[in-house]
Amino acid sequence: MEQVFKRTAGLTELPFHYCPGCTHGIIHRLIGEVLAELDVIGDTVGVAPVGCAGFSLDFFSCDFVGAAHGRAQAVATGIKRALPDKLVFSYQGDGDIAAIGTAHAIHVAARGENITSIMVNNAVFGMTGGQMAPTTLLGQKTTTSPYGRDKALSGPPIDLPKTIATLEGAAYVAAVSVDSPKNIAAAKKAIKRAFEVQQQGLGFALVSVLSTCPTNWGLSPVDSLEWLRNNMMPIYQMGELKVPAEVTKA
Amino acid sequence: MNKVLIKGNEAIAQAAIEAGCKLFFGYPITPSTEVVEYLSKHLPKAGGTVVQGEDEVASINMCYGAAATGARVMTASSSPGFSLKQEGMSYLAAAELPVVVVNVNRAGPGLGGLGPAQSDYFQCTKGGGHGDYRLIVLAPSKGQELYDFTLEAFDLADKYRNPVLILADGFLGQMMEPIELKERKVVELPVKDWATTGCKGREKRKIASYALTNEVGEEHCLAWQKKFDSMREVEQRWEEFETADAEYLLVGYGTCGRIAKSVVLEARRQGIKLGLIRPITLWPFPEKGLAAFKNQVKGIITVELNAGQMIEDVKLAVECKMPVHLCSRQGGMLPSDNEILNFAAKTFGWSLKEGV
Repeated sequence: MEQVFKRTAGLTELPFHYCPGCTHGIIHRLIGEVLAELDVIGDTVGVAPVGCAGFSLDFFSCDFVGAAHGRAQAVATGIKRALPDKLVFSYQGDGDIAAIGTAHAIHVAARGENITSIMVNNAVFGMTGGQMAPTTLLGQKTTTSPYGRDKALSGPPIDLPKTIATLEGAAYVAAVSVDSPKNIAAAKKAIKRAFEVQQQGLGFALVSVLSTCPTNWGLSPVDSLEWLRNNMMPIYQMGELKVPAEVTKA
Repeated sequence: MNKVLIKGNEAIAQAAIEAGCKLFFGYPITPSTEVVEYLSKHLPKAGGTVVQGEDEVASINMCYGAAATGARVMTASSSPGFSLKQEGMSYLAAAELPVVVVNVNRAGPGLGGLGPAQSDYFQCTKGGGHGDYRLIVLAPSKGQELYDFTLEAFDLADKYRNPVLILADGFLGQMMEPIELKERKVVELPVKDWATTGCKGREKRKIASYALTNEVGEEHCLAWQKKFDSMREVEQRWEEFETADAEYLLVGYGTCGRIAKSVVLEARRQGIKLGLIRPITLWPFPEKGLAAFKNQVKGIITVELNAGQMIEDVKLAVECKMPVHLCSRQGGMLPSDNEILNFAAKTFGWSLKEGV
């Protein structure tokens, strides 16, 4: 019997701990596949955030460093400057990269830091139990916006990729989703590009991946995907926001 | 003999280059800025890299990343900036990453002032960041020591896999002195078989400070404490000056230790048996050095540039067997040797032969 599908070499054998319906697992797998396809598992150092993905350092087969809250991109900068020939990526939730880590998110792009950042946007702080994040939508109820996010009180959500794309040092910026097989394929393409841009030394690469949080949204996995499609995708600019001319059109 | 006339901050920077420091991440703040300025000019020529971070938080976390690869790395700041680095300090200690950190102490709290102070003593020796961790804290008292201690700090950091702190002050950092640029003595150090450099040809490695269960958390804490205990045992350092027959002691580190030497010389000239203990490691505090005098001296004065911080460690070290007094100036001011001598005379009832 021919095996037509197996676990990617980019991931370890450890089973994911993520909640049922959480899309971290899909995103992990996409990154793992990209590392394997580019044959860079042994030449990559990843940086894990604080939050649900804080345990991601056990799931990927490459070397991994766990950072403090929001600091993954500063840590990744240090690694990359020490090892310019290796691939370095940070994997961060929206709370990590767009709230406590904002300064680093802006400045890695401003410096054109040659790293790749994967932002997983589920519109809440997941691990702490579903509080309002900078990405929480207007009217969205969370434990710290129990009456819905109020524009007068908290302002509208941040579209981080859009902001980052305005900086010259940001070479590649994309916003993708993993809510459907078609979008998963597009997400993988974007993630691969974000690593290729780093391989070519073109500057900073950011891929924002819209993701679900059934547990904190209080929805089933299937309804969560629907909620993401109906509520998040119209608000956040999707697709490739910035592509360097040098990138070979695959 | 390769002697140069340079600022203390530049001596620190030059020592880092000599020590094989390959990366520096920092953010300008008076009175430490010459460290980043000097390295920006000279480290690239030595094959290294300087990145000016967006702030001190970024800089210390860049150090964390670079240290994780096994590279020699340093950052430098001054009190308000050093406060911002505390999150990183705690993580460095927990992840057991060797980084040399320089704090050129200026007056505080708040924005304070640019003058020399020792008001960060508690922060530097008792924590600063969260959790139960320790740093080796070296307290130079002159330009040559800024150079020598920085050179050695990198070895200490690698030896223990722990951050090492150089605690200077605005006076030392800004003063120009002739300094001999000694060559690095290569010592045998543990192999960095933990560094995350890409796992080609070996098992995957990870560096983190999180414990998923309380049981594992306690294991981590006990392992760290074991390491700190070994530092306590072998790394206590201090200088003794005119202590053999001393009836009274001054205790002062850094700039104060230096001023106190003049006080001891003048007191001796006047027939008063005064000695000096100058702590060189502030952590581990030289308890052994002081404990030796707990049945010898009648009284101690700590000379400090704060409201009385090191005095607590002195009292503990001598088990409060004699009075311990504080002679201090604050806010960027320094005491003169006469001021200290007169304070000591008044405190201990000495009659000075001649007014000074």
